[in-house]
Amino acid sequence: MFKRIRQTLPVALYNLVVHGFGWLAMAFLVAPIAIALIMSLTAGQTLRFPPQGLSLRWYAALLDPVRSATEQTAALNSLEIAVLAVFGSFLIAAPAAIGITRLRRRRALVVEPMLLAPLVLPSLVYGLAALVVANAIGLRPSFWLTVIGHIVVFGPLMYRATAAIAQNLDPSLAEASATMGASAFTTLRRVILPLLVPGIMAGGFLVFIESLDNVSVSLFLADPKTTVLPLRMFALIEESLDVRVAAMSGVLIAVTLAGLVLGRRVLMVSRSQS
Amino acid sequence: MRSSGIPYLLPMLVLSGLFFVLPLVLLILFSFTRDGAVSLQNYAAFFEDPFNVKVLTATARLGLETVAGTTLLGLPVALLYWHSGPKTRQVLVFLSLVPMLTSNVVRTFAWIVILGRQGPISQTLMALGATGAPFSLLFTEFGLVLTMTQIDLPLIILPLVAVLSGTRRDLSDAAATAGAGPWRIFVTILLPLMVPGLLAGWILVFASTSASFVTQAVIGGARNVYVPQLIYREVGILFDWPLASAIAVILLVLTGGTLLALASLARHPRFARYV
Repeated sequence: MFKRIRQTLPVALYNLVVHGFGWLAMAFLVAPIAIALIMSLTAGQTLRFPPQGLSLRWYAALLDPVRSATEQTAALNSLEIAVLAVFGSFLIAAPAAIGITRLRRRRALVVEPMLLAPLVLPSLVYGLAALVVANAIGLRPSFWLTVIGHIVVFGPLMYRATAAIAQNLDPSLAEASATMGASAFTTLRRVILPLLVPGIMAGGFLVFIESLDNVSVSLFLADPKTTVLPLRMFALIEESLDVRVAAMSGVLIAVTLAGLVLGRRVLMVSRSQS
Repeated sequence: MRSSGIPYLLPMLVLSGLFFVLPLVLLILFSFTRDGAVSLQNYAAFFEDPFNVKVLTATARLGLETVAGTTLLGLPVALLYWHSGPKTRQVLVFLSLVPMLTSNVVRTFAWIVILGRQGPISQTLMALGATGAPFSLLFTEFGLVLTMTQIDLPLIILPLVAVLSGTRRDLSDAAATAGAGPWRIFVTILLPLMVPGLLAGWILVFASTSASFVTQAVIGGARNVYVPQLIYREVGILFDWPLASAIAVILLVLTGGTLLALASLARHPRFARYV
């Protein structure tokens, strides 16, 4: 009897930790997202949770061209910066991902960490460094400086996702194309680039999301005219705890969810290979 | 064909050389100057002020507490992943990606709602009669650690899951057939397997926590100050850029030092044979 308890108790405890704590931790992880979504539907004036009554009034308030003028400008600025960051990252990172596969292995092992380094550094430190240098050569914080900062910091995300695919491409595909008389450029455009599309999409999504969310680079490199969305939300939170922040959160969560659901397969593939 | 990789790499290498490596080098050099002359004055000024030293230790402590919190919650999730079938595994990864890819400001905002006087924690404890008056966990270190633990949890779950997904389950099945209990399998097989994932996760969590400007400012409040706020104050309000650069370098050293310490811990003889 006593022996049986000694045998079954640890097993029961283990199952409790794994299935009980495991799912509890997942709930802890996801609950804040759900809470922000529910909060955005409140009919009330405060952040009381659970909300007293549901409505879309705070989403409507975001569309109000007078009251939310600053927020709309900030959102547009952030969207422009994010789109340009994705495009810029593509222009530098897609060639790099192709180039790395053509290096000898030893050399690639030296070059690759150089390309990925911006991911490791706290971007706050980078933002300050970029500001100090820009100032030294007479550049003031601006829209374009912010875009360049985002390309430098988030370009490696595009590189990593694209390189994961490029490294697994069958070299005989390019050889076959060359044998059939295609020029190097045609092979690149018609054979290699189309095969890299999943990586480029996954990388683009990550760059877009990270750029849209970035505070620490924009904090130093954006001029007062170029207010970005996360900094505007930060200001709203600090000043007044305006409930419109909840609706803005709702929109951002929807963007993330839509991107993840649409790109789930692509993202999973590039993750499992990196 | 083989050597033609360089032209493709050139744009990205030039960009990161010009706009990444160069600024960093200059930042470090800049931190050793004062009024145009080489000096250690910025560092001396930083460490002379006991408040700054307090902020530095508070930042390190916040990072370590968050590492502990994420490990405590991340390990059960990793084990859950290990024992689950492919469908549940996909769900777990998807549910970890959603918060990770949701804006930091949004997640911080959610925690204002949760920790506040009118939030679910305060309301629930009131309803249970555990407390007489509504209370707020905002602007407390505990509230901040709780928030950072949730925000950084995916950073430890995903590396652990990556390690486990590449491992065949026969490993623990064989041990179970040989008569090992689940705890024994956890300690002798699964935990050692997960060491590289834990290490990667710890580094990511510590680096992310110690530099999370918005969350620290909003949830920590004015009474809990951390290094990123110091940097921002020197740049934006006091305009002392050389001192700000020195503080930034100190933050880098703190992160890098922790990284090295964790890496050497993993090379400890007790772990080393597994890595």
